Amino acid sequence: MHQFTIAELIQGLRRKDYSSVELTRHYLDRITRLDSTYNSYITPTAELALAQAAEADKRLAEGNAPALCGVPIAHKDIFCTEGVKTTCGSKMLDNFIAPYNATIVENYLNAGVVMLGKTNMDEFAMGSSNETSYYGSVKNPWATDCVPGGSSGGSAAAVAAHLAPGATASDTGGSIRQPAALCGLTGIKPTYGRVSRWGMIAFASSLDQAGTLTRTAEDAALMLNNLASFDAKDSTCVEREIPDYTADLNNSLKGLKIGVPKEYFGEGLNPDTAVRVEAAIKVYESLGASIHSISLPHTHLAVPAYYVIAPAECSANLSRFDGVRYGYRCENPKDLADLYKRSRAEGFGDEVKRRILVGSYALSAGYYDAYYNKAQKVRRLIKQDFVDAFADVDVILGPTSPSPAFPFGSKTKDPVAMYLEDIYTIAVNLAGLPGLSIPCGLVDNKPVGLQLIGNYFAEAQLLNVAHQFQQATDFHQQTAPGIE
Amino acid sequence: MAVDRSDIAKLAELARIAISENTADEVASSISDVLALVDQLQAVNTDGVVPMAHPLDAIQRLRADEVTEINQREHFQTIAPATQGGLYLVPQVIE
Repeated sequence: MHQFTIAELIQGLRRKDYSSVELTRHYLDRITRLDSTYNSYITPTAELALAQAAEADKRLAEGNAPALCGVPIAHKDIFCTEGVKTTCGSKMLDNFIAPYNATIVENYLNAGVVMLGKTNMDEFAMGSSNETSYYGSVKNPWATDCVPGGSSGGSAAAVAAHLAPGATASDTGGSIRQPAALCGLTGIKPTYGRVSRWGMIAFASSLDQAGTLTRTAEDAALMLNNLASFDAKDSTCVEREIPDYTADLNNSLKGLKIGVPKEYFGEGLNPDTAVRVEAAIKVYESLGASIHSISLPHTHLAVPAYYVIAPAECSANLSRFDGVRYGYRCENPKDLADLYKRSRAEGFGDEVKRRILVGSYALSAGYYDAYYNKAQKVRRLIKQDFVDAFADVDVILGPTSPSPAFPFGSKTKDPVAMYLEDIYTIAVNLAGLPGLSIPCGLVDNKPVGLQLIGNYFAEAQLLNVAHQFQQATDFHQQTAPGIE
Repeated sequence: MAVDRSDIAKLAELARIAISENTADEVASSISDVLALVDQLQAVNTDGVVPMAHPLDAIQRLRADEVTEINQREHFQTIAPATQGGLYLVPQVIE
């Protein structure tokens, strides 16, 4: 059963080839037997999953059940789940039982989707390798000596190791697309504001957006149908009609204009990765698309702007963790200041502390204009590059990350080297555009990701462009070696 | 711009994070590396560019001034480190 895509599971459940309880039990059994190798889950929720599955079977038997009813998925541990431990990969929240559900969790519950558990992640989503998690590294199913990418490394490894057919994830600078690339999956980050952020533990609020990791673009479309919603509880959520994201999947790509930014093929790109991406461009030409060389001249400023804006917003957001209302509290504080300072020093890991300190610096008196204000201006220049490009092309194509999965420990000593891992993905968050990664081949037996960037709210078109590629190629069907 | 251990002490105070004396130099060095990366921004001409706070330049949505949430104090305080009589407990502040 674990070979099936979500689209196939939807059919199988309706044909009564298996019940949701049987399907869920199958996945729970795999998690129990196999996840010690990958460490992709922090908290499997077996009992809850089986109860939800039994409920889903009832709805399926009654008929008229929503499309995803009975399908089991995993949630990244950044989403609050009522009554279930929600850690965000941090010691700070090791004891945190969320008192409410994130809106997206609620959306899937209403659709009858079963939660298998909560997946591992970089602490507070700050990382590109899943090595900053308090709960230990996640192994890449394609090469267990290598990282799965981050921050949604647990969600990616779980789907790649067939320990879930799909998973939720979040993307602030590439945290869905880069793990999708490194684990050979389809990962979509929707337009900023398309999906509610309510109940998603905040990192950088003007950049954070929830999305999904699946094996195919069709599955991503099916999951996005329930992920997207207007939510009055998120003041940045956009009130705008939500299409059926599966409706355009089969559209022809004849006449589609694809822009290829020259800045995405410069220094730092692994030459073998470049070859795979160039081969993908040929596939699109054969499907009737036209290829146009474009320029996004401020690309090189995306990482610097991001590492002002994201830490600044994180330093404000993470000030809520004070050892008073919930989360970790230090032992025997001698006074209130000691309570704050030691709870935060002991509860946060090194990377989180580094970003809070950088953010505190960028926002401090005398530096605000030079750093935060300057970065917000550069951010507009970066956005304008995309606006100008989309005047001439429909989608933008390039690599998702500069190279395939790298070995554990190879970048942990050098934070800036780790930050450059997201060089092609970060600008998309700064501009608030939708982006997606699909597999386009292997280098050294490790997957390479192809990034597609769409115009605002053009998720359906992006999924169409990805789906057509997957109709013409079989990269998305390749499974990591050794997966039972 | 590079920072030294005295800057780190000030930042630690602003961020309410205890940083031990013996790690201050290491923290200063890694923060300086990040600042060297972001200092590339200083070379960009941004005259007349309006800072961008929201990707869609959206403005805050307003709602009617009505109570919409129910009081869940007891529910939320079940996960607090220390409470008493509906209040959160912290070390004594006033002598």
